[in-house]
Amino acid sequence: MSRDTALVDADWVESHLNDPDIVLVEVDEDTSAYDKGHIAGAVKIDWKEDLQDPIRRDFVNQQQFEALLSERGIGNDDTVVLYGGNNNWFASYAYWYFKLYGHDAVLLLDGGRKKWELDSRELTEEPVTREATAYTAKAPNLAIRAYRDEVVEAIGVKNLVDVRSPDEYAGRLLAPAHLPQESAQRGGHIPTASNVPWSKAANDDGTFKSDDELKTLYAEAGVDFGNKDTIAYCRIGERSAHTWFVLHELLDEPDVKNYDGSWTEYGSLVGVPVAIGDEPGEA
Amino acid sequence: MCGVPVGGLSLEGVDVAKESIIQGVVVSGDSDPVSGAYVRLLDRTGEFTAEVPTSATGQFRFFAAPGDWTLRTLAPRSSPVDQRVTASRGEVAEVVITI
Repeated sequence: MSRDTALVDADWVESHLNDPDIVLVEVDEDTSAYDKGHIAGAVKIDWKEDLQDPIRRDFVNQQQFEALLSERGIGNDDTVVLYGGNNNWFASYAYWYFKLYGHDAVLLLDGGRKKWELDSRELTEEPVTREATAYTAKAPNLAIRAYRDEVVEAIGVKNLVDVRSPDEYAGRLLAPAHLPQESAQRGGHIPTASNVPWSKAANDDGTFKSDDELKTLYAEAGVDFGNKDTIAYCRIGERSAHTWFVLHELLDEPDVKNYDGSWTEYGSLVGVPVAIGDEPGEA
Repeated sequence: MCGVPVGGLSLEGVDVAKESIIQGVVVSGDSDPVSGAYVRLLDRTGEFTAEVPTSATGQFRFFAAPGDWTLRTLAPRSSPVDQRVTASRGEVAEVVITI
């Protein structure tokens, strides 16, 4: 993967709006945003209703993912272009799902919905219907998903990258600052994790920084890709999917996982070590 | 992320005494509210903490921590505007941003 095969810009999307092999998919945190206007032809995936198991805390399994894509009219041979609000947090999260379930032809719209809006490009309220397909997903690729036990074992061994804001990392905030403070039982971070907020990888308009800027960012934070595998985490795994996209898809680092349990799981575990304050802490 | 980040609406169900709220409205030069602008909350070091789009009535809200913050507002056909604000626990800091 690289920037050329993982990312497209708004001009590219505008010039492919009528391409029958390309399916635009909007994924937002604010799930009502799509209904107030979307890119022409785009279908909606609701990150909470569609991508989470309704009972257990886990995301949709292989069969549920197949049913979702079939119902939305996405075929195995389609090229999927994802975009969304919040600087593509949830679009990146969905991108990670598509890769996890083996859909290789997936791209992210650089800057997502925000850049599209700031450019004053056209959005429509026109409903979109696509003919159902019989989508077949592959078994989940767990080389890109980390679970809690692996994360605990990674302390002091692998690169742990906490991509939340500095105040969340330090334990001064438990959740992003546009939501009431409800979250894990404890504040802080996983000991030895570097704090590289996801936002440092993006420009103000939501587009990704250049490869050179990104490499410098992680190098200066002491993330050693040469000798260690990497696990990224945040609060619920969507901002760290954004960083996973940067590391695995843009910078082509092979051994990077997203820990989607993230702080809401880790910060509520009994008996695991927690570091507070601005320093990574000891293993 | 359970919740739609719109500001300026009811605080019903929120324990204001526990929160350090920053909210306000984005207006254009002639005082019209600007919907669809993006307000970014930057911490005391200038680091991004959160971002919300403004509502149909130009409003936004953040649940911050006590301290000094900067609001950076982006809107179509407009240069970014930075504005300082101080949040305190149990209080609502009201801000009007003119772009």
